[in-house]
Amino acid sequence: MCLGIPGRIVAITDEARQMAMAEVSGVRREVNVACVLDRPIGALVGEWVLIHVGFAMALIDEDEAARTLDALRDLGEAQEALDAMAEGQRALEGRA
Amino acid sequence: MKYATEFRDPKAARAVLARIAQVADVLGATRAKPVHIMEICGGHTHAIFRFGLDKLVHEGVEFIHGPGCPVCVLPMSRVDECVQIAERPEVIFTTFGDAMRVPGTRKSLLQAKAEGADIRMVYSPLDALQLARRNPGREVVFFGLGFETTTPSTALAIQQAAREGLANFSVFCNHITVPEPIKALLDDPHMVLDGFIGPGHVSMVIGTHPYDFIARDYGKPIVVAGFEPLDLLQSVLMVLDQIRDGRAEVENQYARVVPEHGNPVSLAAIADVYERRPSFEWRGLGEIDASGLRIRSAYAAFDAEEKFGVGYAAGPRHVPEPEGCACGAVMTGRIKPTACPQFGRGCTPDMPLGALMVSSEGACSAYWQYGGARATEAAE
Amino acid sequence: MNAAPPPRLRDTRVTLSHGGGGRAMRDLIDEVFASAFRPDTMEDQARLTHPALAEPGARLALTTDSFVVTPLEFPGGDIGKLAICGTVNDLAVGGARPLWLSAAFILEEGCEIALLRRIVATMATEADKAGVRIVTGDTKVVGRGAADGLFVTTTGVGVIPPGRHLAADTIRPGDVAIVNGVLGDHGATILAARGDLALSTDLVSDCQSLGHLMEAAIAAAPGLRAARDATRGGLAAALNEMAAAAGVGIEIDEDSLPLRDEVRGVCEILGLDPLYLANEGTLVAFVPEAEATAALAAMRARPEGRGAVAIGRAVAAHPGQVRMRTAFGGMRIVDMLVGEQLPRIC
Repeated sequence: MCLGIPGRIVAITDEARQMAMAEVSGVRREVNVACVLDRPIGALVGEWVLIHVGFAMALIDEDEAARTLDALRDLGEAQEALDAMAEGQRALEGRA
Repeated sequence: MKYATEFRDPKAARAVLARIAQVADVLGATRAKPVHIMEICGGHTHAIFRFGLDKLVHEGVEFIHGPGCPVCVLPMSRVDECVQIAERPEVIFTTFGDAMRVPGTRKSLLQAKAEGADIRMVYSPLDALQLARRNPGREVVFFGLGFETTTPSTALAIQQAAREGLANFSVFCNHITVPEPIKALLDDPHMVLDGFIGPGHVSMVIGTHPYDFIARDYGKPIVVAGFEPLDLLQSVLMVLDQIRDGRAEVENQYARVVPEHGNPVSLAAIADVYERRPSFEWRGLGEIDASGLRIRSAYAAFDAEEKFGVGYAAGPRHVPEPEGCACGAVMTGRIKPTACPQFGRGCTPDMPLGALMVSSEGACSAYWQYGGARATEAAE
Repeated sequence: MNAAPPPRLRDTRVTLSHGGGGRAMRDLIDEVFASAFRPDTMEDQARLTHPALAEPGARLALTTDSFVVTPLEFPGGDIGKLAICGTVNDLAVGGARPLWLSAAFILEEGCEIALLRRIVATMATEADKAGVRIVTGDTKVVGRGAADGLFVTTTGVGVIPPGRHLAADTIRPGDVAIVNGVLGDHGATILAARGDLALSTDLVSDCQSLGHLMEAAIAAAPGLRAARDATRGGLAAALNEMAAAAGVGIEIDEDSLPLRDEVRGVCEILGLDPLYLANEGTLVAFVPEAEATAALAAMRARPEGRGAVAIGRAVAAHPGQVRMRTAFGGMRIVDMLVGEQLPRIC
């Protein structure tokens, strides 16, 4: 349900109707920005939004995205450390 | 693609998968006695199969594919009503592509189109509005379909039509809500679920609090998740961690998009245009109290049900589901798609019998298309 | 050279009289079609001879295809270019050297003659490029609403040299699957060009003839088993057909699939899978592993094959089935679709 994809607002196309041009991987489509108008419409240019059926439904929070990725990275590092320990253990056992 | 590629890193995935395996082992989960996690949203089902996550996770974690595909749960009677509206000569019927192939009792929209109805696929309700502006002599009807993610878009389109006085635009409203069917599933005595992956894009509209009852009243963990593979895996891990710790909480893995309290503009638009129906029929699940929305009388001029005298406006009706179809049991997690006697026999994507085979988001169709079951069988 | 006679065709749009068998039809044929295609004879039949036919063991190859597309002109081509490339490619991927084409047109009353001239000119140019001649043709006019602008049917004749036998049932486990370039450009371009989804892109169709590319690949990899152009149904359909015909499994690697960012973007927005998008200048060929490097190098040396890459291989397991190792490390089945891929919201 609910296909939504990240896109970047590149221009405002119709201020009265709250429309802007969004770009997704080089593909442009006009979207309605009413739901993300927490600031003057012009200030949306450059922002990343989540697009669903022609509407920008949410602003994407860059800091939160970074936090999620950090958590994933930490998991990865912890796992690598565990793997290395297990590897060391195996090597020791192999030598014994 | 920013905000997508980073969340598809196979290296990070290995670490999460290893952690999932560790926790699953601690929980004593096995293939015979798995932890059942329902991903409510059809988009999650699609991503699980698209990225092959079902075969990457520990065998003691079993995904149960939930009712969150609006196309799949649309009852036949509503498809019939679409066809009825679309076949009126003055009507241009506009719809998302997903709904074109859903079978009604007599025909699908695709078949009605072949027989001459003016049915057009659009990407957005905004495109339907544009058609209404350009065709003042025709009645443009938009097939409003979907959960809370999609509901604001039709609400805003109706508000815009009202502002412009576009008298030839209306919406055939089939919007439904997520929390009510989840409650119905949890009340089902056969329910086997241990936790939930919550729908990320519904939640960006409604926030995370509407799920509080799942943790508070039913003691089940739920983690609102994004749609990239790492989002899903991390959320599975978060659900397992909760189970291991004996916690039942609403957690938000998708904080980059989902605010705790949702989107105020969307919620205001929904409240302004829509109200709850006393009940709404779901394919495979039956009537569920307060699970559907209708257009408020203030906007009756834009309500296709009122305008054309169909649907609930025309009185109660029920169309029974096809004989032998086990969609209900699949959707409540009681059986896997492959355990349905009709799967691959009387019901295939070519000739779908039940709703879950219709849309590519449906559990059965996804099983078929991506070989959830067949691949496993072949490998064994 | 004689000076060109003054033009007699003054109409700006096709009318029913252009199909009526009289002077109007003769003028249309002379000034639009014959002037561009320059057939040897205006008889109702082409009379053909070619030294390649005289070689003992040489075989004739014959194929036909009808072309309908909306819009008729799109970034990177038009229906005429499709009609030449499509039929040339059907011959080429079977190992035939394309030589001659026929072209039959069904014109809708009201079709602009300037548009028709542009399309015919593209056909002549593309035929030259592909090394084929358009030697005969036909025109019919139907009433408004009975066709969508114009339809073209091309039939192609080619010669398969002695000893060459390309067929999908010769594919063996271990053979390498190669594509000549990016996937899905045509399908994504047409979706955007139709305008009803209001998407704008800089994409152009990949529409191109593959005859010279196939000859180069076969010269470098004489063991080349079989090739298909991945048109309707995309790469997924082509691979499924080949797996079924050969009774082998096919495994491809998602990471290796060449896709433009814009094609990915169109697919993400509309919820489509690029494996099912149509191509009009992309083929998939299977070659023995020992010849894969040579085939890739020969393809990359030509403009139509600059992006050639190996995407997977035939395997003994799961016969008849295509599977893909996802970029994420999972494995999934790549089945054929029931119908056309429809944009989805959910």
